[in-house]
This record gives sequence, structure tokens and C-alpha cells, in this order.
Amino acid sequence: MNEKQNNHEIIRRMRRKSLRNSLLNYGIVIVVFAIMQTMIATGHISSLLKGLLVPLCVYVIAALSLNLVVGISGELSLGHAGFMCIGAYTSAFFSNVVGDSMPDLPRFILAILVGAVFAGIFGILIGIPVLRLKGDYLAIVTLAFGEIIKNLLNVLYVGVDSHGLHFSTTSAMDLNMEPTGRQIVKGALGISGTPKNSTFTIGVVLIIITLIVVQNLVNSRSGRAIMSTRDNRIAAESIGIPVTKYKLLAFSVSASLAGVAGVLYAHNLATLNTKKFDYNTSILILVFVVLGGIGNMTGSMIAAVILTALPEMLRFLNNYRMLIYAIVLIVIMLFNWAPASLDFRSRMRERLWKKHGSDAEGGR
Amino acid sequence: MSFLTYLKDGISLGSVYAIIALGYTMVYGIAKMLNFAHGDVIMVGAYVVLMLLTKAGVPGILAIIIAMAVCTLLGITIEKVAYRPLRKASSPLAVLITAIGVSYLLQNVALLIFGADGKTFVDVIKIPSLSLGGGKLIISGTTIVTILASIVIMICLTMFVNKTKQGHAMQAVSEDKDAAQLMGVNVNGTISLTFAIGSALAAVAGVLLCSAYPIVTPYTGAMPGIKAFVAAVFGGIGSIPGAMIGGILLGVIEILSKAYISSQVSDAIVFAVLIIVLLVKPTGLFGKNIQEKV
Repeated sequence: MNEKQNNHEIIRRMRRKSLRNSLLNYGIVIVVFAIMQTMIATGHISSLLKGLLVPLCVYVIAALSLNLVVGISGELSLGHAGFMCIGAYTSAFFSNVVGDSMPDLPRFILAILVGAVFAGIFGILIGIPVLRLKGDYLAIVTLAFGEIIKNLLNVLYVGVDSHGLHFSTTSAMDLNMEPTGRQIVKGALGISGTPKNSTFTIGVVLIIITLIVVQNLVNSRSGRAIMSTRDNRIAAESIGIPVTKYKLLAFSVSASLAGVAGVLYAHNLATLNTKKFDYNTSILILVFVVLGGIGNMTGSMIAAVILTALPEMLRFLNNYRMLIYAIVLIVIMLFNWAPASLDFRSRMRERLWKKHGSDAEGGR
Repeated sequence: MSFLTYLKDGISLGSVYAIIALGYTMVYGIAKMLNFAHGDVIMVGAYVVLMLLTKAGVPGILAIIIAMAVCTLLGITIEKVAYRPLRKASSPLAVLITAIGVSYLLQNVALLIFGADGKTFVDVIKIPSLSLGGGKLIISGTTIVTILASIVIMICLTMFVNKTKQGHAMQAVSEDKDAAQLMGVNVNGTISLTFAIGSALAAVAGVLLCSAYPIVTPYTGAMPGIKAFVAAVFGGIGSIPGAMIGGILLGVIEILSKAYISSQVSDAIVFAVLIIVLLVKPTGLFGKNIQEKV
């Protein structure tokens, strides 16, 4: 009996802690948003930073979504840019087709849904075969899927006229459209003329929605099942947890959120092409997740903001900025992860505590 | 152009992938890490040879040997400074991200030194081309050297790994580091040696790659690096003949799909074949099946 009560107590404490962490994340986002808004209102913001606000939201959402796969589900995905690409293309296509027949805001909301749904569908389609693999094999296959998506979109031509949609994979001429028809997807040139609906406010709202989805999933029965498959697949299987189902759930939710990031990205630019969605972007998002702490949502957000802003802030260094960026990345990784450095840090911390004479043994 | 010409081109490109993949697969087998910087070592090798030939007027063979030495040194240094401290890190992702950092670093150093625009590679291999079937199939000197080099390298590596003491040490370390250490194997030295061999091979691959596609940019190595890794996975990672056959198959598929289907989707086809192979045989063509124990 006593043990049971004890367990309940532990679970309650865990719940309280995770609730506190979740609330902290919402708090951080809202406070940062408020600060930014005041800065914009009072004009204390450079045009450079202003232009960065929406991309920052894009990468924060992408990092949160990838953290769901890498941190919570424990799989390494190097194809997240592919899902962003799906979200971006489908939503930009939708916005272009609908055009002015709908007011801006409802159209954008629908576009977000379109992007999320399509990216989610692709997440399921790709996840079913891919999640049978493990570790680095899974990583390389997700990378492969990302590149395939990019390559295929590069040769896709779509136009619309009074007969409906026309598709071609060779050239714009082969669309066989009426003269009044409109070309929307132009192969490697991508989609142009997407309405610029993305704003900082909408970006922040989407971050909060992403946080709600991710954190509620993590703290639910399903989330605990997902984490159990991460920690010990065989043990999870043997107590009757359908491993594939839960991994697929995490993967497709994550894909769909990455799609939302893509929608936001697409509606921030006049022209959209696939160049931005190659494996380097997938890797960049992974860097945010690992640097912020695997499985730590607050860390992902902070790392995404800092690492997106850093190259821009370092612009005065001209050619040296990406060099500095690379060195900073390596040094931070060594500092944060090398066992020798962790030992050193904990020893320093102990020494500091002893000096202050506080509870060196009681502290963690 | 006939089918045979395409096939020849494919085998030639595939041989380059195979040499890169051999380095990749050895490093992966022993360090259990995706060395994203491997592709950029190729680029360094190509630049070193180019500079030696154009600026210093060093003869071709000597230039290649110096490039191999430079890349070997580079590989050992990278391993020592960036990867070794993270070998026992709590997550395998840590060293992966560091490798990405090293890759960015090499690319940007090259960008600073040589600039972003491509430099034309000079002819290193001066061997007359071979004409078969009354001029129907012309095999260039570069192609001959590339194919021969990859075969020689594969045979030497197989002999080295299976017949020498160092090679046995390598196998032992890739099997179980701690046990190898207890048996008196110098684990750090063996891993350094593996990186040295892999990087020297990367230098050779760089020269061969740029002899066939004679433009060098700071990003020359990135995509071939990724594709060589695909080839290594394709053949079963950790397997030397697997890397070789995976590399050649990949090159042939790439060139044939470029020729007969579309040059824009050839990469997509290569990756699609990889996915299909992995779904049918999750450890690659020659990979060992590892049983997971409770």
C-alpha cells in the first residue's frame, strides 16, 4: 500500500514538474513577443532584426517539431526540410489558386491547414516503411526522402485554367493549357507571387500552437508510450505497447508541424523554390535540437533563435562569419558533451559551492 | 553515345564513389560515427593538388603523394581534436553535430583562401586514351586510372585488414573497444590509423573526382561525400567489398538514369534505389545481421 502511495506521489510530482516546464515555455514565448512588439512600436529595432522575426519563428517551429522525433521518439531524422518543403509548396499552391477570391486571414488559416495536412500525410507515407529501420540507417533514408522530395518538386510544372489543373514533369509547354491559363508551379523556378501573409504575430501564435501540440503529446499516455519505446524498445514491446504505431504517431505529428513551419516560410517570400530545403537545412534544424538539449523544448527554441540570429549578427565579420559560426559550433559541442569537460564543470561547481560554504552535499 | 559509353562513365564515377565509400565505411566501422567532414577532406585534397601543380610546378605523382600526406594529417588532427573528446559522450548525436561543424569549418576555410568561384582543375593523369571496337568506345586515361586505382585500393585494404596485425587490431576495435583495450590493443592509435587511411583515400578520390569533373569549389566534396555514404550503406556499412560494389552500382545507376530518364531526377532515382534496398535488406547488400539482445 505504502509503495503504491509513494508511486502516486512520484507521478504527481513528475506531472507538476512537466506542467511547470510547459507553462515556462509559453511564458518565455509570450514575454519575448511582448518585448519585441514594444520594440517595434517604439522603433527600437533594426530593419535587419525585423526581417529576421518571421524566419526565427519558422526555425523555432521546425526545431520543436524535430525535437519530437529526435528527443521524444529517439529517432534520428535528417529529412525534416523535406516536410517543410511539402508544407511550403502545397500551401503556396493553395494560396495562389484561391487568390483574391477569399479574404487574407481565412485563406492563410486554410493554407496552414493544407500545409500541415499534406506534410502529415507524407509523414505517414514515409514513416511506414522508414521506421522499420534503426539508427544511422534511418537517418540516411530520411535524408534520401528529403532529397527525393526536393528533386521531384524541381521538375514539377502545374498550371490552372478553366478546365482545372494541368500537370507536367517536363516543361511548361507540355501543360497544354488554354491561353488564359495560369502557370503556378514552374519547375526549378518554383512558385512565385505567393501572398505575403506571414507576420510575426501569426508566427508566435503558431509557435504557441506547436508548443501546445508537442507538450500535450509528450505529457499524455501516448507520449509516455513513445518515450518508453525510445528508452527500451524490447521492454516496451513486451508490455504490449505497439511500438510502430507510436513511433509513426510521433513522426507524422512532427512532419505536420514541420509543414506548418514551411507554410510560414513560403508566405514570407515572394518566390519559393526548393533550394532552401536541401539536406543542409535538415542538418541545421538538427543542430538546433542537439545544441538546445535533446528532448528539451525550451533549449530547442533558444538554440534556434540564437543560431539563426548569430550569422546575421556576425555580418560585420564579412567572410569570417561562417568560419566563426563553425568554430563556435564545435567548441559548444565539446564544452557541452565531452565527458572530460562535463567532469571539469562539475568539479568547478563543487569547488564554488564549498567556497560559499552552502550545502555542497545537499545540492544536486 | 551508346549504352557502353554510359556504362563506362558510370563505372568510372562509381569507382570514385567506391574509394570515398571505403574511407567512410572504415571510419564508420571503427568509430561508429557518420563523419560528415569526410567529403570536405576530398575537397582539401583536390585543392592541395591543384595548388601544387599550378603554383609550385610539382610533378603530378609527387603532388598526389603530398596531398595524401596533408589529408592524412588533417584526418588525424580532426579526429584528435574534435571527435576523440566526444567518443564517450552520452548521445551519439553529439559527435555527429561536431562532424557537421568540422565540415562547415573546412568549407569556410577553403572559401576564405580560394574564394567561392570554381577553379579549373588541371590534368594530372597524362595517359593516352584507349580506343576499342574501332573508335566506338573510347576510354580516357582518367577512367582507366580511376578504375584500376579503386580495384588496387580495395585489394590492398582487404589484405591489410585481414592479414596484418594492425588490421586485426582494427577489426577488434570495431567489434568491441573495451575488450580490445583489455587485450592490449592501442585503441586510440588504431582509430587514428583508420582516420589516416580514410583521409588518404579521400585525397586520392579528390584527385580522381576532379580529373573527371574538372571544377573545384569549396563545396565540391559535399554531395559526393553524401552519395559515397549512401554507397557504403547500400553495400552494407563496415564491409569493404560492400562499399566497393555499392559505390560502382551507385555510379552506374546515376549515369544511366541521367542518360535515359532525366538529369534532374537522377539523384532522386539513386536515393530511391537505396531506400528500396534498405527496405528489402535493412543492413545493406553485404551487411552483417546483428541480433538485438534483451
